[in-house]
Amino acid sequence: MSYIPGQPVTAVVVIEIHKLRQGENLILGFSIGGGIDQDPSQNPFSEDKTDKGIYVTRVSEGGPAEIAGLQIGDKIMQVNGWDMTMVTHDQARKRLTKRSEEVVRLLVTRQSLQKAVQQSMLS
Amino acid sequence: MESLRVTVDFLKVPLGLKKPVLKEVAVGPPKRPQPAALERYKARRSDAMDTESQYSGYSYKSGHSRSSRKHRDRRDRHRSKSRDGGRGDKSVTIQAPGEPLLDNESTRGDERDDNWGETTTVVTGTSEHSISHDDLTRIAKDMEDSVPLDCSRHLGVAAGATLALLSFLTPLAFLLLPPLLWREELEPCGTACEGLFISVAFKLLILLLGSWALFFRRPKASLPRVFVLRALLMVLVFLLVVSYWLFYGVRILDARERSYQGVVQFAVSLVDALLFVHYLAVVLLELRQLQPQFTLKVVRSTDGASRFYNVGHLSIQRVAVWILEKYYHDFPVYNPALLNLPKSVLAKKVSGFKVYSLGEENSTNNSTGQSRAVIAAAARRRDNSHNEYYYEEAEHERRVRKRRARLVVAVEEAFTHIKRLQEEEQKNPREVMDPREAAQAIFASMARAMQKYLRTTKQQPYHTMESILQHLEFCITHDMTPKAFLERYLAAGPTIQYHKERWLAKQWTLVSEEPVTNGLKDGIVFLLKRQDFSLVVSTKKVPFFKLSEEFVDPKSHKFVMRLQSETSV
Repeated sequence: MSYIPGQPVTAVVVIEIHKLRQGENLILGFSIGGGIDQDPSQNPFSEDKTDKGIYVTRVSEGGPAEIAGLQIGDKIMQVNGWDMTMVTHDQARKRLTKRSEEVVRLLVTRQSLQKAVQQSMLS
Repeated sequence: MESLRVTVDFLKVPLGLKKPVLKEVAVGPPKRPQPAALERYKARRSDAMDTESQYSGYSYKSGHSRSSRKHRDRRDRHRSKSRDGGRGDKSVTIQAPGEPLLDNESTRGDERDDNWGETTTVVTGTSEHSISHDDLTRIAKDMEDSVPLDCSRHLGVAAGATLALLSFLTPLAFLLLPPLLWREELEPCGTACEGLFISVAFKLLILLLGSWALFFRRPKASLPRVFVLRALLMVLVFLLVVSYWLFYGVRILDARERSYQGVVQFAVSLVDALLFVHYLAVVLLELRQLQPQFTLKVVRSTDGASRFYNVGHLSIQRVAVWILEKYYHDFPVYNPALLNLPKSVLAKKVSGFKVYSLGEENSTNNSTGQSRAVIAAAARRRDNSHNEYYYEEAEHERRVRKRRARLVVAVEEAFTHIKRLQEEEQKNPREVMDPREAAQAIFASMARAMQKYLRTTKQQPYHTMESILQHLEFCITHDMTPKAFLERYLAAGPTIQYHKERWLAKQWTLVSEEPVTNGLKDGIVFLLKRQDFSLVVSTKKVPFFKLSEEFVDPKSHKFVMRLQSETSV
């Protein structure tokens, strides 16, 4: 993503997911991949293959994430204010599955959004 | 007259003609005004002495044959001429492409030909400066007849031999003269002298063997200039011996030295010094060139066959000899028939352009423009000759393969007809053949296939029927398989494989911008010329390698799996 001074660096979307209680666990209904301890070249969703961020790899049908508007391929930048761009895979999982939180606010960016913003900036 | 003189100049390289003599010999066609041509050739003739040199290989027995004498004459005349001048330019000037193509036939509007206005001019490849073969041989003969016999090379060898003999006999003379001249006054010396005598004897023997190993060799080539290092060594030995004799004469002979042991020690020191000079000779002549310092690229000018070689520090003339030795066994033989594009391809290339020059005074200025216009127009024209070339090549390839298959089958079959007679078998003496007869017996069945194959690959000048028979006989004698017999014909081999007298050239010309006794340096380019092709040699220095070390602990080789896990949250 190219940086133009004075313009926002990335286009982000705020997604609020209300966790669903299933027995003992609180689930969000999606799967994540990536992390600084993982191999970034295997990530099918990232544009830059050295990007070690956390990406959404699967969204389960009808789950809280899908309802809230999370899409497959999204990159999660923050979770409740905690940064997710430089975390290990396990740390990311922990931040998402805190038992004390019922609602998580995710700051998410996606490529289609980025492209739309860039086109509107150029035009 | 100008034109003939001009061509003989150009041909100076192989014939080694002197410039002043040329003017007497030249007999030319009627004089024609050709301003541009004259300027071009005049520029060349005004150069200082060329540094081209000429040498002949294999002319060791030089006194006997007239041809080698002829070579030496030319070389010596050349050498005396070149000694007068300093550096010179390349002896061969290649016409720049900017030179007018239409030079010879161009319409310059001069009054040569009355019918000029009515004829059209076409660019062709021939030149009106051509000279016939008869003229060439006539000029060459005139040159040879006028030169006296020359012994300079013999002089060098004789001088070296006498010097060596002198230096070998000097210690013996030192030892023998006192007892001969003043035996009565001499103090006898005991065991010390005997030890010294033994050491002198053995050192002289070692010196003799070493010299035999190093110097007593048939020369491989005769070089155009003096071999600098060898001359240096000879001067050194000469000075050494002379200074020893001087000291001997003054201190010992005149003073009638009485202590014989001193004399013997003097002689021993001379022998030691000679041994060290021999060591120096080994290092300078043999060892210095072994460590590779330069990479040479040798390219044959006619078909681009190239090789790379590594050499050490050598002078240009010695490198030339070395390269020629390598050329004869590395390069495939030069086959002039393989050079040209097939005629069907070339036929289309004749340009159909007619060029007229309007405005006769400005013709010299416009000629370059004209030629450029012709070239540009020819380039723009839609040219399909590459198509022809491709199909012609494919066809030729197919033909060669077909003939080759037939040949291989024929030879295989022919070889099955004979077998070696075992000792135990009893055969009628009439049926037993020697290799020659066996070869002749089976040759007939493969002769036709062989001839067709050789003709297709254009190798037939290199293999006569006699040579094929001889090779067949050779292979049969040594129990070779048909494939081994055929390897000689299926691929063009190096030149040394073919019949010696016909293909091994003795006369090569070294063309160089630098004096040929200079050592090799980075970026030197020189040529080794024959009549029909030349070898272009360019030098490059072997780079300096900076080697650094990195220690790898064997325990440091550790590996992890590449992770890509997916967790559902």
